[in-house]
Amino acid sequence: MTPDANKNGYRTVARGGLWGWINQRLPVDVFWRSQLSEYYAPKNFNIWYFFGSLALLVLVLQLVTGIFLTMFYKVGAATSFDSVEFIMREVRYGWLIRYLHSAGASAFFIVVYLHMYRALLYGSYKAPRELLWLFGMIIYLALMAEAFLGYVLPWGNMSFWAATVIINLFGTIPGIGPGLVEWIRGDYGIADATLNRFFSLHVVAVPLVLLLLVALHLVALHEVGSNNPDGVEIKDKKDARGRPLDGIPFHPYYTVKDIVGVCVFLTLLAIVVFFVPTFGDLFLEKANFEPANPLSTPDPISPSWYFTPYYAILRAVPDQRIGALLMLIAVVSFFFLPWLDRSPVRSMRYRGWISRTFLALFTISFLALMYLGLQPAQEPYVTMARIFAVPYFAFFWLMPFYSRIDAVKPVPERVTFHG
Amino acid sequence: MTEIGAIADPQQPEIDPGRRKFLTVATGATAAVGVVLAAIPFVESWTPSERARALGAPVEVDLSKLAVGQMITPTWRLKPIYIVRRDTAQVDELPKNDSRLKDPKSENSIQPPYAKNEMRSRRADLLVLIGICTHLGCLPKQFFDVGDPALGADWPGGFRCPCHGSRFDLAGRVMDGSPAPTNLSIPPYSFRGQDTLIIGIDETTKGTA
Repeated sequence: MTPDANKNGYRTVARGGLWGWINQRLPVDVFWRSQLSEYYAPKNFNIWYFFGSLALLVLVLQLVTGIFLTMFYKVGAATSFDSVEFIMREVRYGWLIRYLHSAGASAFFIVVYLHMYRALLYGSYKAPRELLWLFGMIIYLALMAEAFLGYVLPWGNMSFWAATVIINLFGTIPGIGPGLVEWIRGDYGIADATLNRFFSLHVVAVPLVLLLLVALHLVALHEVGSNNPDGVEIKDKKDARGRPLDGIPFHPYYTVKDIVGVCVFLTLLAIVVFFVPTFGDLFLEKANFEPANPLSTPDPISPSWYFTPYYAILRAVPDQRIGALLMLIAVVSFFFLPWLDRSPVRSMRYRGWISRTFLALFTISFLALMYLGLQPAQEPYVTMARIFAVPYFAFFWLMPFYSRIDAVKPVPERVTFHG
Repeated sequence: MTEIGAIADPQQPEIDPGRRKFLTVATGATAAVGVVLAAIPFVESWTPSERARALGAPVEVDLSKLAVGQMITPTWRLKPIYIVRRDTAQVDELPKNDSRLKDPKSENSIQPPYAKNEMRSRRADLLVLIGICTHLGCLPKQFFDVGDPALGADWPGGFRCPCHGSRFDLAGRVMDGSPAPTNLSIPPYSFRGQDTLIIGIDETTKGTA
C-alpha cells in the first residue's frame, strides 16, 4: 500500500479488492476527489449560493415527474386534454405528479432567476468566468423553450393561444417569417401536427440539450472555480500543499450545507403543491382548464409569469417588428454582460453608488415589467411598461460607461464574513 | 498516434503534409455536403402533410340567413373567417375613419386586388376577413356598436384584439396606436349566385387552393 500520484496530482492509493479493480478501469476515486472531496470552494458562501444546487435538484424533479407523466399522457389534439384530466382525476397520485411538474416549472424559474441575480450581485460573469456565464445563459434559453413547449402539451385554451402568439413572433422576421411559421406549425394553423412535434421536442430533444449544457456548465465551473461574495480569487493564496487558504472541500462542507437548502426548498414546494397548486392563476391558469378552441381567444391573455417581463416590453411598442426585436434584445442583453462590465472589481460590495443605483433600478424594472406583463393590454399599464423598459435597457447598455467611472472601494486580499 | 519525427520508422513512408491537408479538407467538405443533403428530408417533414394540404381546400358558405349587422365565423385552413353583413350607413361611414388609420388605402396589407378599396370587399354589404390579428395571431372580438362604452365615445365600430389591444374598423383596417402593423388580411373568395360564398378560390387561383 504505497501512495503514489497520478497524472492529475491527486493522491491515489493502489488498493486491491473490487474497489481497486474498478478504479484501475474507471477513475471513480479520482473523480470523487477532484470534483468533490478535494475540490475547494470559497468558505464565505452565503444564502445566494444555494440556488445552483437547487436548480440541479429541480432538473431531477422535472425529469422524474416528466417521465411518469409521459406514461399516462396521450399526445394528440383529440386526446391530450382528456389524458391530462385522466391523470388529474383517475391515475392514483396522478394529481401529485402533475402538480409537482407544473409547480416545478415555476420553481425552476424562481431558482434560476435568483441564481442569475447572484451573478449580477457579485460579478460572477466577469473574467475568467465568461464561458461559464454563457453556458448558463444558453441553459436559460433552453429552459424557456422547454417551458413553452411543455405549456402547450395539456392542449387547453391557453396552451393553444400561447402557441399561436409565440410561433407568430417568428413571423415578424423579414422575408422568411410567414414560411417559417407554417414550417414550425406543420399546418395552416396550430394543429395536431404542431402538438405532436412539440411533445417530441419537450420530452426528448430539449432535455438532452439541457443535460449536455448543464454538464458543460459544471465542467466550466470546476475549471475556474466558484466566485464568492467578495469577488476575490481564492486560488491566489494557497498553503504549502497547494490548497486555497480561503477554500474548503465541497464535500462534506457544501454538500451538507446544500442539504439544508434542499429541505427548505422542498418544504416550500410541498406547501405550494398541496395547498395552492395553481398559485392564484400564476402557476396554472384558469383558461387552460378548458380545451383548446381555435375560435375563441381567452380574454385577457397573458403568458406564464416567468415570461412577462419580456412580454410587457413586446406589448409596450406600437410597432410589431420593433416590439419583437426589443423583446429579443431584452433577453440577449444578458449574454453581453461580461464585456459590458468594465469595473475593476467584481462584487457590488466594493462598487460605488452609481453601479448600485443601476442594479437597484434594474431590479425594480424587472419586477415591475413582470407585474405589468400580467395585466391587460390597456392604459395605464402600457405607458408604465414603456417607462420601466428604459432603466431595464440602461442597466445593460450604459454599463460600459458607468461601470468605468464609478468609484470603487479597495478589495480585501482574503475573503470576509458578514454576520 | 505516433509522434512525428521522434524515431525514424523504416516501414513508415515519408509524410506529405500538403497531400494530407488536401485529403482532410476534401473529406471534411464531402461530409458537410452529405450532412446538409441528409438534413433535407428531416426539415421537409415539418412542412404541412399531404392530408393537411388536402384539408385546406376551398369552403362554401351559405349567406341566405345572414342578417344585417350579423357576423358568422366559418373556418378555412384552420383560420376563422369573419363574414359580416354591413348596412349602407356603416359602409358610408368608413371614409371618415381614414385620418385615424395606419393604412387607409391598404397599400401594405394582404388582400386580393378586388378587395383593395375603401370598403375592402367585392360587395359593399359583405365584409370577408381572415379573423386573425396581424400582430401575433389572436382573434379580434366584435365591437360593432358606435361609441361602445368599453372603447370610448369616438369608437367607430369594428374589432378589438383581446391580446394586445389592436383596433380595426368595420373594413378590418387597423387604427393608429395599435401594435398590429397591417389591416386584417382578406382571403381569396368568390360568389356563386347571390347567396353562396366560396372561400379559398377566385378567378386567379384556378382551383389549386
